[in-house]
Parts: sequence; structure tokens; C-alpha cells
Amino acid sequence: MKKLRKKIYMTAGYNTTSLGTGRKEFNPKKPRPGLEHYIKEAGKGVLDQIGGPEHVDESVIGNFMAARFNKQANLPGFIPYIDEGLQWKPATSVEGACGSGGLALMNGIKTVLAETADVVLALGVEVQNTVKAVYGADILAGAGWYQRRKEGHAYFFPGQFSDRAGAYYEKYGYDRARKGMARWYANAIENARLDQNAQEFQNLVKDPYTQAYSLKPNGRSFVDHLTILDCSKVSDGASAIAICSEEGLEKMGVDKKDAVEVVGWAQVIRNITNDPAELTVLETIKKASHQALESAGITVDQLGTLEVHDCFSIAGILVIEALGLAKPGEGCDFVAAGKTSHNGELPTNTTGGLIGWGHPTGATGVHQAVTIWQQLTGKAGKAQIELKADKPYGMTINMGGDDVTVIAIVYKRGE
Amino acid sequence: MTYDERLQHVSVLGAAGKMGSGILLLTALEMADLSLKPENKDKSFVLNAIDVSPAGLSGLMKYLRDQVRKAAEKKTVLLRQLYADRDDLIENYDIIDEYIFDVLNIVRPVTGIEAAYQSNLIFEAVSENKDLKVKLLSAIDKNNPNKPWFFTNTSSVPINLVEKEAGIEGRILGFHFYNPPAIQRLVELILTNNTTQEVVDFAHQYAKNLRKVVVLSNDIAGFIGNGHFMRDALHGIKEAEELAAENEFSLYKAIYMVNKVTQDYLVRPMGIFQLIDYVGIDVVKFILNVMNPFVGDENLHSDLLDKLMLQGVMGGQLSNGAQKDGFFKYKSGLITAVWDIHKQEYVGLEEFKEDCDEMLGELPENKVAWKDIMRAQDKEAKLTAFFNDLKNLDALGAAIAIDYGLRSKEIGLKLVKDEVAHTYNDVNTVMLTGFYHAYGPINDFFD
Repeated sequence: MKKLRKKIYMTAGYNTTSLGTGRKEFNPKKPRPGLEHYIKEAGKGVLDQIGGPEHVDESVIGNFMAARFNKQANLPGFIPYIDEGLQWKPATSVEGACGSGGLALMNGIKTVLAETADVVLALGVEVQNTVKAVYGADILAGAGWYQRRKEGHAYFFPGQFSDRAGAYYEKYGYDRARKGMARWYANAIENARLDQNAQEFQNLVKDPYTQAYSLKPNGRSFVDHLTILDCSKVSDGASAIAICSEEGLEKMGVDKKDAVEVVGWAQVIRNITNDPAELTVLETIKKASHQALESAGITVDQLGTLEVHDCFSIAGILVIEALGLAKPGEGCDFVAAGKTSHNGELPTNTTGGLIGWGHPTGATGVHQAVTIWQQLTGKAGKAQIELKADKPYGMTINMGGDDVTVIAIVYKRGE
Repeated sequence: MTYDERLQHVSVLGAAGKMGSGILLLTALEMADLSLKPENKDKSFVLNAIDVSPAGLSGLMKYLRDQVRKAAEKKTVLLRQLYADRDDLIENYDIIDEYIFDVLNIVRPVTGIEAAYQSNLIFEAVSENKDLKVKLLSAIDKNNPNKPWFFTNTSSVPINLVEKEAGIEGRILGFHFYNPPAIQRLVELILTNNTTQEVVDFAHQYAKNLRKVVVLSNDIAGFIGNGHFMRDALHGIKEAEELAAENEFSLYKAIYMVNKVTQDYLVRPMGIFQLIDYVGIDVVKFILNVMNPFVGDENLHSDLLDKLMLQGVMGGQLSNGAQKDGFFKYKSGLITAVWDIHKQEYVGLEEFKEDCDEMLGELPENKVAWKDIMRAQDKEAKLTAFFNDLKNLDALGAAIAIDYGLRSKEIGLKLVKDEVAHTYNDVNTVMLTGFYHAYGPINDFFD
């Protein structure tokens, strides 16, 4: 990546609640807020922190499948619904499956770099509880190649990652893997309890580790190698953040200390029509995360916190290995040893990640950035971690499809 | 004739009724799954839904569509395999839609009984009237060249009599589903003295494919389930009447109290009077009437139920499954008032509940809720501790409960003594699976 022409910041993040099973207020039989509600709430959440819509030059909205979940397209048209002050300004929507949020961030970063805007409102949204899970699986399968749908599992994506988990068990041992995956789940739940917007915030299970470890995969009712606790949630939600230049920060009257600086990134795409070369390796994530670290000029040891795309617990473990934090086959031990937990050596997914916080697919990439912004600027509330001086960086890794569209971004607090 | 062949042509009589529609649904699903087996692809499967009510049949088809979708959504993983060779069906949605069509495509809703003249198997779920059953079954048998088998869903009519009067010796058995058939896992299987082994084997296979738990019951009116429930209900009524008389207060208060005791103190899914409402006061009375002539040493009858019927208080359920008012008035499934047979009006709970609860006294501290106990690992230990404390409690509610538990056991023991049930275990299985009790009536908790 070329050296950046100017500094890029993010600030004023906002998350709606992630609504779906697990939340007490969620009732699938009753009407719920629609797409526009979430866009408005998240957008306003940012505008309120930056002095209003007049400071926004342009907007970008990340979304995966509103066209099918909500029968709604042309999402840029909803940006002025956030606030009339955004009308007559540019807005774009971007799509890269569950990486849509990450693409919205990248789009915003590039717009600021291109100097056509000083402040970009980047938003991600998905409202998925409009259909039952069995039909939602059809819609989410769009993140894979449609030519492969027929041969795929009823629950297509759980099926894909079940194959990855199965290959991992085979190669490295079932029980060790399941222990790591159960710990991953327990971390997700324990961290979600620290963020009132998290879908599992109200989860009261005393021992989520034992719960996850004792539940065995059953291919007759679900997929062969994963249980439902290994899967992220079906969620409705939106997240938004302001992406800006130094001038933009000044214009909004936001102190650099209340912003994070984007110090490196990578955006890497794998050919969707190819099967993964090796099931136990997330190759695209490996390339993207290393490129991002390289562009930031740092090593993985300098990361103080991580937000990774754990659409499935096995994906979380494979990301740990792709990053080089553990050798192939040892990511499960790394996690099982508690190294990624809230008080571990590298706190990961500190508000629950996709399994605990929730996974409103198109919003997830933005949600990850908001979490890192909260952690690095000391705004994470009960979920706040303590950052060490020699590990001041945060990183997000957002993935669309089965390791297809990947966006990795490295951040540090503004100074 | 193989199992699959037997199920190629089936009729359900009374298909639009509450039990009939459930039987039709389960049979349609089973037949559709058979029809999708590669070796059966060229064979036709026909399921006649026979009912006298055209409106009922129309409602049945809608019920079927909704229920088949639900069933399909639960077994999409399997359906994707069954339709693997259909390149045009790609998404779950496509496959589920096709399956719904394939199931409904088997069903022929008709009002005339002639459709059954071609069937190999007849399910009978018409009203509990022996003469009607005999008339229908003999008419079919006279006109049907296939020597069809008859599975009756009766819960109270002795099947030997139907067999004899309809002239269908050896080809009939009782296949008694519980309500609603689509959900309840229990089936009482009742053989006559003549039922052939071939018919019995088929019934077991069919029950297994439907994932039902089979309990063999003897052909004595009421069988095990109603044999227990009817006597248990009559005991509840008697307890309430005595309670009201002893304390000189209105019966409706006693009904509330006995209902509360049978639910909360006996840890049952619902109190006895709510259960009567659920089944329907008219249905309970009807079953009692059918059973009574066949039980020599008892009088299975209740004046109270007769009075309620005359007052137009029936209970039962609306077609959407909502509870109709009976002993109690309901709002969103919760009891809000109790019927006063003297004033012929509902009395709101708020007017007397507190006084009655006080009379019953406190439950022991280690009280257990039915919902929790059903999921508890150490069910037995928890119940033992709770009932032991109950026995040591000097309170009216506890006394009624202990008495009730003992009576329930006595009824269970008598069912075995009278040879309605083969074993104590069968009685308990029926109450556990058919009535969702947390423990069987034959136990040592109350001794």
C-alpha cells in the first residue's frame, strides 16, 4: 500500500441494540422496528456527537441483503431520512456480504484520502429477523457462489464452516478443538454481558463454557461439526461512525484524543468461484491481516485489542492462527488458555463479537470499528480494557463470505 | 401387502374434526415421505379426507398447508436430500414449497363416504357414537373389495362391540391419539380378541414412523388415559363440593381452590378444572356417558357437569386453539374468573382469591414449578423432598393435595387390577406422555 497522503481518523461511533433471540424485548410474533429505524438511530447517534449534519460531506451505507430481507434497495435514499440536513449531499451504498460494513469504512477512508470530503458518515445496517432462520439461510447463502447452492447444506454457511471445523478436528484433534471453541463461546457471552446493546447482554447461564463444551454437534438436526452455540446470531442492528481528516475533526470540534487514527489497512479479495485451497486456513484473512500490520509498520505483538469476524467459533480460532498468534492447529489452545479473554494477553471481541454481541451482517464491519474506537479512547464503559503502553494498537478484521471479501484495519488513539 | 402398499390408499373419517385433522396431517406427511422414496416415484398415493362439513374441509386444507410448512421447515436438511435430483429446486424455500405441494397433492377432501371404498386403511375419528361408527364402518366394508383395515380413534367405545356389529372381525384395532395428535407423542393401542398379528405389526410400524410412544391398553371403555382422567376429574368435583359444603361457602371458591391445589401442590401442567375446560365439559360428560354402562362397580357421572351444560357453559377450544370459557373465564390463556352456578355469572378472581389462598395456606419453601421440574435432572429427589414437606405441613391445601395424590394412585392401581392396563408402568407412561404429568400416578410420594 502506498503511504497515506494524509491522516485519517474515526470518531463519534454509535451502535444500536443488536435485536434478536436472546434479547428479552425480542418477540418474533410481534412487529419490530424496520430498516429505516435502525439507519436513523445509528446515523443520529453520530450526528449528535459531531455537531449536526452540516459537518457531514458525504455518506456511505454498508448493507448485505436488504433487497431480500426487507424487499428494499436504493439504500442511499435513506441517508436523508436520518436528518433532512443530509439531503442533496452524496451518498453511496456498498455490498460485500458480511464484509459490507468493512467496505463502507474503506469507502469512507478513500473518499477522505481523495480529498473530496473531510467528514464521511459511514453506516452499516442489516435487519434479518424478517424471515425464519431456514429461509434466512437461503438469503445469507448469497455470500457464496450461487452455482454451489444446490449442493450446499440447508444451513449453507454453517455448512461451509462445519466443513472447516470437521477438517480441523481431523487434522488437529476433536477434543482440543472443541475446548477452544467452547472457550471462544464463553468469552463471547461473558463479554456481551458488559455491553447493554449486546444481544447476549441478558444471558444468565452460569457456566457458558460447560454449556458449550457439553453440547455435541448433531448433523441430523443441524450441521455435522458445529452446534448452534458455535454460530453467530441472527440480528437486527446498525452501527455508524464518522471518518474524517484532521480538518474534519477541527470542523466538528472533536479532540484528537477522542478519535482513533487509521494507521494501516488492507482490503483483499479471493475468487468466489474457487473452493478454499485448505479448509483449515483462512488464506484471505491471513493475507489481509499481515498486509494491514505491514502497512501500519507494526507487528502483531503490538496489538492491544482485536475485533475479529467470528461468524462461527471455528472462524475465530482460524483467525488467531491466520494472524500468527498461534501456530496452525494451536489456535484452539491459545483460546482455551484464556489468552483472548477480557483479561487475557490480547482481549478479543471485547463486547462479545458476532457470537455474543450479535451479527447484523451488513453492520458488523462498522460495529467492530466502533468497539475499537470505544476501547482506544476509554469510552467502553463496563467493557473497558486496560491498554498497555507497548501495545497501543487495535485491529478489526471483517470478512464477507467464506474468506472471500476481507477488510483489515489497524487503529491507534489520536494524538 | 407391504407397509408402503397399505398406505397407498387411505381414508380418514371425520377428517375436519380436531382429532381427524391431526391424524390426517400425520398420515399425509408419512405418505408423502413414502411417495418420495425412489422406489415409489411411479406409484400413486391417495389420502381421502372425508367429512360431512364442506366448511370444515376447507378449514382443514388451510390447517394442513400451515402445518406442513412447519413440519417441512423442521426437516429441511432431510428434504434437501429427498429432492437432491431436482435441479430446479435450489433454495430451502423452493424445496419447502414443493414439499407442501407434494403433501397436499395426496389429500382429496370429500364429503361422500364412497371415496373410502377403494382404501386399504381407514382411520375413524367421527364422534363418540357407537352406532354411527358401526354404520359407517360396515357400509365401507360392504362396498370395499380390499378387505380394508380399520383404525379407530375412539377413546371410550369398546372396540370389540364395533368389530362385531360392523362385521369386520380381525381387521380393527384402537389407535388412540392424544390431542393434538401432531404434538402429543402418546398413542394407546387397543386390540380386540380377534385383531390379527399383521394388523398389529403394521400399527407398530406406523406408530414408530410417526415417532409415537405406544402403550397397549385393554378394550375396556375409557382405556387407560380416560380411565384415569375421568375418575380423577370426578374426584376433583367431589372434593370441591365437599369443601364448599364443609366450609359453607360458594362452590366457585372451592373450584378455584381444588384447581390450584391440583396444579401447584400436585405439580401438574394445569389444574383439574382447567383440564376439564381444555378437553371440553361437553366432551368429558360425553365420555363419562359412554363409559358408565361398562363399569359395573362405579357410577361415572356428575350432576355438576349436567348443570353446567344446561347453563351453556362448555369449555373446549376455538378453531384457532384459544381456550373457550368453562369453569373458568380466560384471558390470553390465563384464568381471570370462575363460574358461579347459582348466580350463573363469572366471579372475578380478585374478589376472593386472597381469602381462598389464605385458607389453603403457604406452600413449602422448596416448592417446585411443573415447568422447571420437567427439565430438572434430579426430578425424583426434588419431588420427594417437596412432597415430604407437604405431608408435614398442617395446612388445608397440603391435606387436599395428599388426599388427591393418594386417590390418583388408587385409580391407577385399579386400572391394572381391572385389567385395563397391563402394568403399573403403562399407566404411568400414559399420564407422563399423554397428560404431561411430571410423575406417574402410581408412586410412593403420598403414602
